[in-house]
Amino acid sequence: MIALIFSDRCTQCTRCVDICPTNVFDAVPDQPPAIARQNDCETCFMCELYCQADAIYVEPEIERAVPVDAQQVLDAGLLGQFRRDSGWDEWSADPQYSNQHWRMDEVFTLARAMPRPVVEEETTP
Amino acid sequence: MAYYEADVLVIGGGLAGAWAAVGAAREGARVILADKGYFGTSGVTAAAGPGHWWVPPAQREEAIAKRAEAGEGLADPRWMARIIDKTWDTLPTLADYYSFPQNDKGLTVYRSLRGPEYLRAMRKLAEDLGVQILDQSPALELLLHGDDSVAGARGVHRQRNESWAVRAGAVVLATGGCAFLSPLLGANNNTGDGYLMAAEAGAELSGMEFSAYYTVSPVYSSMTRSMSYAFARYFDASGRELSVPMGPPATAVLARAMLAGPVFCSLDRMPEHVRVRLPQISPNFLLPFVRKGIDPFTQRFEVKLRGEGTVRGVGGLRIADDDCQTTVSGLYAAGDAATRELIAGAISGGGNQNSAWALSSGLWSGRAAARRARESGIRADRSVEAIGAAGLRPAHGDEHIDTDEVIRSVQNEMLPYDKNIFRSAPVLQNSLQVLDQLWLEVRDSGRNDSDNNPSKTVRQRETAALVATGRWCYSAALARQETRGMHRRTDAPQRDEAFTHRILTGGLDKVWTRADASTPQQSPEEIAA
Repeated sequence: MIALIFSDRCTQCTRCVDICPTNVFDAVPDQPPAIARQNDCETCFMCELYCQADAIYVEPEIERAVPVDAQQVLDAGLLGQFRRDSGWDEWSADPQYSNQHWRMDEVFTLARAMPRPVVEEETTP
Repeated sequence: MAYYEADVLVIGGGLAGAWAAVGAAREGARVILADKGYFGTSGVTAAAGPGHWWVPPAQREEAIAKRAEAGEGLADPRWMARIIDKTWDTLPTLADYYSFPQNDKGLTVYRSLRGPEYLRAMRKLAEDLGVQILDQSPALELLLHGDDSVAGARGVHRQRNESWAVRAGAVVLATGGCAFLSPLLGANNNTGDGYLMAAEAGAELSGMEFSAYYTVSPVYSSMTRSMSYAFARYFDASGRELSVPMGPPATAVLARAMLAGPVFCSLDRMPEHVRVRLPQISPNFLLPFVRKGIDPFTQRFEVKLRGEGTVRGVGGLRIADDDCQTTVSGLYAAGDAATRELIAGAISGGGNQNSAWALSSGLWSGRAAARRARESGIRADRSVEAIGAAGLRPAHGDEHIDTDEVIRSVQNEMLPYDKNIFRSAPVLQNSLQVLDQLWLEVRDSGRNDSDNNPSKTVRQRETAALVATGRWCYSAALARQETRGMHRRTDAPQRDEAFTHRILTGGLDKVWTRADASTPQQSPEEIAA
């Protein structure tokens, strides 16, 4: 679920308010958006992708909100990870982050061709 | 109330709605697209990354025959050929909007597009074609003319607490499938709203029994991206490795194991050269692992099966003609809102077929809706009826229902493996009793409060749609007294050729089912030959 908006990074562009598919944010005048409906979050990470200020952190647990240590998130370098790995905005010119999604089919083909692990079958029917 | 007029209204801004809007606009129509969330991030495609069914001409006959056989007699080779053809011709036309890469042999790869970039491109294309986009604007109900043809829809701009109405010459429902908030990645908006709105107008559904597809995710996460699990090994709590087949048979094996106890997964078979590229193939896949401090390539993590309902299931609104019109005049269905039996039969179309279907059915329905609107006009001077009922205009009472409680009750019937993956008549009947009672609750209570409390009104309507969808799924499942494709009946574990036909369902207070006499009659041998 959506967990944190870092107010020192947020530029109050309200892009996250616009693009959240489940409308979890409310715009607030002269402040960062509020996380108004946290339980509606579907943990799709789209707000992180669209946040050019890398000011948003989505915690991966879907069923319940868990406490998140903002300093740990910062120290671990997790902010902006999704946007960078997706090669958006300022990362678009960096070949290291170019879109490799087209490899999906060869990955499936590779997986199908690999020998299956030999597993002892259950004896019960 | 905000009032709009358009030739074509498209409800839903996922992959199918995007192509429908493009199809209608290219036909010269004035188009409005309304999405519950945001056209570009809403829906199951935006959060994922589809391949498309992409078959060179010389290989088509063989591919269709193979797939028709897998569909167990319920698919239609003619429709398969249509979507392969349409997809093949269409994707390259997106080259100005999506940067199609070249593979290691220098060939341009058109079939696989990454979700966020694909939907971003579709939004830009739609904007350039003049489509008017209403984001954060869930539709609540359809408007009908006196002759029972569709006149538009009504909904709410949920970020400004204001109702909207669109009068249109034709409407395309591209509202997605329904995964019962399982949670499936990107599917929280897909609560069956389109099915309910259409059924209120008298539309029929088909294939709703094919709603037992499940996808693996970490136990704490909605990350149902599936590619990496092609390398998965699974273990029980004692550390014993499970024998799990590849492909669709894996579901039943994993479900049985999970009913017995926790199941753990390792992705250690994924080769190093794939691991290092994974963040650029599927950038969201690793996020839940990294953020929980789990290395999925060396550590075992607990997994669950997430119900896909009719998303990677098959059922949806019945398609009545080659233009993807429903059985309601002027109302079209595209993508997962429509049945995919035509192209997939009794098994999941998976990402490839379903994406090709979303693209093709979107373009066809959009074009046909534009032509219809040109013929019939918008008829904005006629008085029309808003026909939404359950969760919107309750028969009695004016109190808000406890939607959380009703949704939990629906999920408790539609998601458990021992009810939905392993089906039997007594269990289905029990579930239907519960769902029928819930239907009375959502029908008879609630309050239309869309100008003051739009979120609450939308939720009530979604709740009604979830209950209705569950009833259609299980009524059709009860009627199909055999095992076929993803529909497994423990009390009828064999395929029965007497059921080699599609099953239609519909109705609100009284849910009905009947055999679809129009199912192509082909024996599996004929299909294979």
